[in-house]
Amino acid sequence: MTLDLMPVGQRARIVAVDWSRLVDEEAQRLRALGLDVGARVAVAHRGVFAGNDPLAVTVGRMTVALRRVHARAMTVEAA
Amino acid sequence: MTRLRSAALVGNPNAGKSALFNALTGARQKIANYPGVTVERKAGRLILPSGEPVELTDLPGSYGLHPTSPDEEVTAKVILGHFPGEAAPEVLVIVLDASNLEQHLVFAQEIIALGRPTVVALNMIDLAERDGLVLDPKALETALGVPVIPTVAVRRRGLEQLVAAIADAEERAPEHHKPFIDHTERRVTAHAIADAAIVSETRRHRLHARLDRVLLHPWLGPLILFALLFVVFQAVFAGATPFADALDAGVSWLHDRVRDTIPPSLARDLLTDGVISGVGSVVVFLPQIVILFFFILAMEASGYMARAAFLMDRMMAAVGLSGRSFIPLLSSFACAIPGIMATRSITDPRDRLTTILIAPLMTCSARLPVYAVIIAAFIPNRAVAFGIGLQGLVLLALYVAGIVGAMVVALVLRRSITKGAASGFIMELPKYQMPHPKDLAIGLFQRAWIFLRRAGTIIFTVTVVLWLLLNFPRAQDGQNQVDASIAGHIANGLAVVVEPIGFNRDMALALIPAMAAREVAVSSLATTYAVAANDENQAARALGEQLKRNWTLPMALAFLAWFVFAPQCMSTIAVTRRETNGWKWPAFMLAYLFALAYAAAGLTFWAATAAGL
Repeated sequence: MTLDLMPVGQRARIVAVDWSRLVDEEAQRLRALGLDVGARVAVAHRGVFAGNDPLAVTVGRMTVALRRVHARAMTVEAA
Repeated sequence: MTRLRSAALVGNPNAGKSALFNALTGARQKIANYPGVTVERKAGRLILPSGEPVELTDLPGSYGLHPTSPDEEVTAKVILGHFPGEAAPEVLVIVLDASNLEQHLVFAQEIIALGRPTVVALNMIDLAERDGLVLDPKALETALGVPVIPTVAVRRRGLEQLVAAIADAEERAPEHHKPFIDHTERRVTAHAIADAAIVSETRRHRLHARLDRVLLHPWLGPLILFALLFVVFQAVFAGATPFADALDAGVSWLHDRVRDTIPPSLARDLLTDGVISGVGSVVVFLPQIVILFFFILAMEASGYMARAAFLMDRMMAAVGLSGRSFIPLLSSFACAIPGIMATRSITDPRDRLTTILIAPLMTCSARLPVYAVIIAAFIPNRAVAFGIGLQGLVLLALYVAGIVGAMVVALVLRRSITKGAASGFIMELPKYQMPHPKDLAIGLFQRAWIFLRRAGTIIFTVTVVLWLLLNFPRAQDGQNQVDASIAGHIANGLAVVVEPIGFNRDMALALIPAMAAREVAVSSLATTYAVAANDENQAARALGEQLKRNWTLPMALAFLAWFVFAPQCMSTIAVTRRETNGWKWPAFMLAYLFALAYAAAGLTFWAATAAGL
């Protein structure tokens, strides 16, 4: 399952990231914020009004906002 | 031993660097740009225990030495000593967020590995304690091999120890040469070090998670944001009035005083009608700018601004921008200049350029005097329904026209000139915290000073030039000075151009001095209609009668439509040139905005005429 499909609040671990789907700079930024293979994450908030974008993801003690396209590149498994 | 001369604060964004910088240097700060780039260089004086001063710079927040934004590039280059004309800081002070160690230690390791004199400030330790996190600074010190000082910048805790450590850091030999490790390994190490430094952790219900549940709620969140924006605008426009009036009165008083004391001469007129009135007409916007910046700085310091960007991202994405553009565009409602300067936080260069180009379309406060005079003169003061006045509705329509125009322009630009991969939105949502009054005060003072300095330089120059254009050559007997002047001749030429969109020569003439600043249109119309008035309010009332006599309703509406789009602000052009490093983009901005203004005024004029208004 990819991160964008995770139910809100469910804890998970990133098992794979398809970096080729992302622009280099975005990939680097996500990695810098700790969104990388092995990171423990959870979707904290999703979307505004009826939309599904953007997402707020907790990683460690931090909350990071990102778009659905980024989350879709990350494969997670429940943890 | 040579004397220590420089030190720099480095760290991730949201480590509390700026608060620490303020606490260490007080108000002794110098803000400038790094040469050649539009990244702010913040430097201040730090006094060592020996009494010797050290230049302390606050480097832009960064996640690593491999930059992904202009800000991060400056940080990396300065640290490594590669920035031309900028010596590498002798001591590096790494600022860590105590409650987010496993993240902040990644960059910290990279810095420490450089082997330079380094000190670590374990900052915001009070917030970590609030979250139930107890840390052992000694364990961290052992693991990192450099001194670790727990600090709480806003409460001035640990500052003396930190300064002492900075003073001692110089004698430390570069001994921490570590072999090259890659990012993933550094992250694993960061985790291990952080875990070792955490003594105990009680999972308390964290405050920010609870606040986010309300403030980022899919329906409640946007509603709260819009309510807050309403309060901000109310404060900016209503709250600033008494102060603006007082400033205005002060300018008039000074004007009259100078006129009464100096014998009549051209030089006196230059001083009173040129310098004092011109610069004064811009300085009266200071209260609005200060109030707006109070809210923006408070929203930033509390951590809410990132949430606002989150909430607005979906809407901004619809026109090819991201939530990051929201803050600069919001600032532009007071004044496009701080708005354009705020685009520096946008990482994507195409996003940033698009935001700069549309910022002047947000209805800035300088348009209000123009709107107010025309609306008062031509739009009947009657209620449409439920206490909603027709005048207020027209004003709202002008604001909406600017926003819709900006959205359409952004959409077109992102598909043509600033075309590129859809920009992403990746942003840390920092923890909530109470803004510290001193930090707010320092920030406000800096913004106000930048604004006043601009009024004293660019606006001063432009005002003097325009005054000269309006007063030379001198009129012969029986000839009107305006007709005889260079500006009058330019207006004659301009009148031919703007005739098709319904403007008469008086309107054309008003447009020339309004190039300096839009609100000058009001006073120059007043001058043109030879209304004797002491202050702008009185001029506005008497001017209304004159306008009604000389203009038709379609002409007035066309004039309003013109001002929604026209780039009549020298300072905006100047700041755009500086922020884009050249004349290409300001020239493009001028061209497209004038084209839009011309089209909008023309359409309005002919539609209104056809409708028989």
